[in-house]
Amino acid sequence: MNWGSVSEFLAMGGYGLYVWSSYAVVLALMVAEPLLARHRFRKALEQAGDVIENEKDD
Amino acid sequence: MSRSIRLFTFAAPSRFYALSGFLLPLLWLSAIGFAVAGLYIGFFVAPTDATQGDAYRIIFVHVPAAWMSMILYLVMAGWAVFGWAANARLASMVARALAPTGAMFTFLALWTGAVWGKPTWGTWWVWDARLTSELILLFLYLGFMALVESIDDVRRADHAGALLALVGAINVPIIYFSVKWWNTLHQGATISMTAAPKMAATMLQAMLLMTVAFWAYSFAVVFMRTRAIILERERQAQWVKDLVAKEAK
Repeated sequence: MNWGSVSEFLAMGGYGLYVWSSYAVVLALMVAEPLLARHRFRKALEQAGDVIENEKDD
Repeated sequence: MSRSIRLFTFAAPSRFYALSGFLLPLLWLSAIGFAVAGLYIGFFVAPTDATQGDAYRIIFVHVPAAWMSMILYLVMAGWAVFGWAANARLASMVARALAPTGAMFTFLALWTGAVWGKPTWGTWWVWDARLTSELILLFLYLGFMALVESIDDVRRADHAGALLALVGAINVPIIYFSVKWWNTLHQGATISMTAAPKMAATMLQAMLLMTVAFWAYSFAVVFMRTRAIILERERQAQWVKDLVAKEAK
């Protein structure tokens, strides 16, 4: 175990701001990208459904 | 003869759609599992670096992101060219699905590198060969995405994208060997095929676990995007209509 306390862990030997800001950006983008992909997928599924609806109307 | 070819090319996206749908939960589960294991070893088992202190812990995301940025480009170029040469629609769709993920990892490699460079080199950025060629990689990804989106005819767009991806592939070995060919501020390769790793075993384990997690993540998110692209392009196909009708019930 490297850390005696939570504050020591957060401080990262004085490099806390650098380490945690890197990890924060990585986490943010790697959560946002799948959400965007899911949004695109759901929209595509919806639009595929509209094709059938339109054919019924014709 | 022509009938069997048509059946085969028609079946491919639908089969991929079903298979990837089955694999997605497994891929997400392994991405999260390997990331948790890698971060645990990276932060609680791997020791503090003698020269860099704890700033070095950025390596557990920086190096896997940089690897993914290069590998995904080659995979993207490979599928794009295959889709062009063999007239395989699914391959071109996969190539398009790969580009945003590759661009994201390229951005992360640059970002985490800058934040790591500040405390260890004393600067966010230098125009050395490694950093500059990685920045060019980001522009190649963005250029590919902009190009294929700007042409309305999808197959023409796929072909133009394939040509750009192929020409840009020359940049990947330049990135990889830049630290050997030129005198760079960026350090040399952490892992090499011919020499023992220049880092502690636990540090290496954490980095490799994170790399596996990033691989699983890439497969998962690229599969999701490919499925969306398939539905966008093939919404007139009978199998998509059947699928939507089944989901609506």
